[in-house]
Amino acid sequence: MMEFLAQGGFAFYVWSCYGMAVLLIAAEFIALRKRRRTILARLGRLNRMRDAEEQA
Amino acid sequence: MKRHWFHFSAPSTFYSLAGRMTPWFLALAVITGLISLYWGFFETPDRLGGSNPQKEYYRIIFVHVGSAWMSMWLYVVVAGWSALGLVFNTRLSYMMAVSVAPTGAIFTFLALFTGAFWGKPSWGTWWDWDPRLTSELVLFFLYVGYLALHSAIDDARRADRAAALLAIVGLVMVPVIFWSINCPDPNQCAALHQRSSMSDIDGNILFGMLGLTFAFWMYSFATSFMRVRSIILEREADTTWVAEQLQKEGVR
Repeated sequence: MMEFLAQGGFAFYVWSCYGMAVLLIAAEFIALRKRRRTILARLGRLNRMRDAEEQA
Repeated sequence: MKRHWFHFSAPSTFYSLAGRMTPWFLALAVITGLISLYWGFFETPDRLGGSNPQKEYYRIIFVHVGSAWMSMWLYVVVAGWSALGLVFNTRLSYMMAVSVAPTGAIFTFLALFTGAFWGKPSWGTWWDWDPRLTSELVLFFLYVGYLALHSAIDDARRADRAAALLAIVGLVMVPVIFWSINCPDPNQCAALHQRSSMSDIDGNILFGMLGLTFAFWMYSFATSFMRVRSIILEREADTTWVAEQLQKEGVR
């Protein structure tokens, strides 16, 4: 296991690359989820406003 | 049942279709990604080549080549959707173009980043103004420029068309990147970057490389579809189908 992590002494270079890949993918996912939640919240508000107008 | 293919170019239809396909693309991406990484790290030799071998750091190849290929391919996809949008004036085409671009920009950055971290142990330098490195950097700026131009114009339809033109003009960079190494006459473009050849590469390394590229491609489908669904909702917020769709999804 330690040998695998060491990558023959090039751990810094190898794991920086794979770490950056994981980081970017995670960041993109969080951004995508946030964007979806934001628009859903806005649409929910729009919906409630319409309902209120119908009742008035 | 025969449906005209324009049927799916209606945002309302594509919204559901994209939602159904996203989990499959994500699952494919995770499975092929894990298999390729296992293969790349455990079924490959530690050292390559003779007198000046590539040591363990060559394993950056899997993420580097995969992201570099996706950076170029996704740009072709962005330009392709942009062209379709300009020709057929379909809103969904433009939405797809804008949805693919951020993922393309991410892969371009990743290709440059992993290239630097491979270049340091391999060439002794993080960066060089080599034709391939330079043209890939220009591609990154093209992605950023495309996205910046699109977000700078308030009217969505004008933004779509202006950014689409930029994307198509920028397409000229893709063959430049491709032939920045594999040019017919090596004397005309001596490059620090290795030439890419599929034939003289170890089969196990090739498997890991193509596998991770495939995983990145499936990932790009998933993120583009997730993004386009948000864009569709944002742009069609006032329509009745969105209101009905939300009721179906139980959004209050």
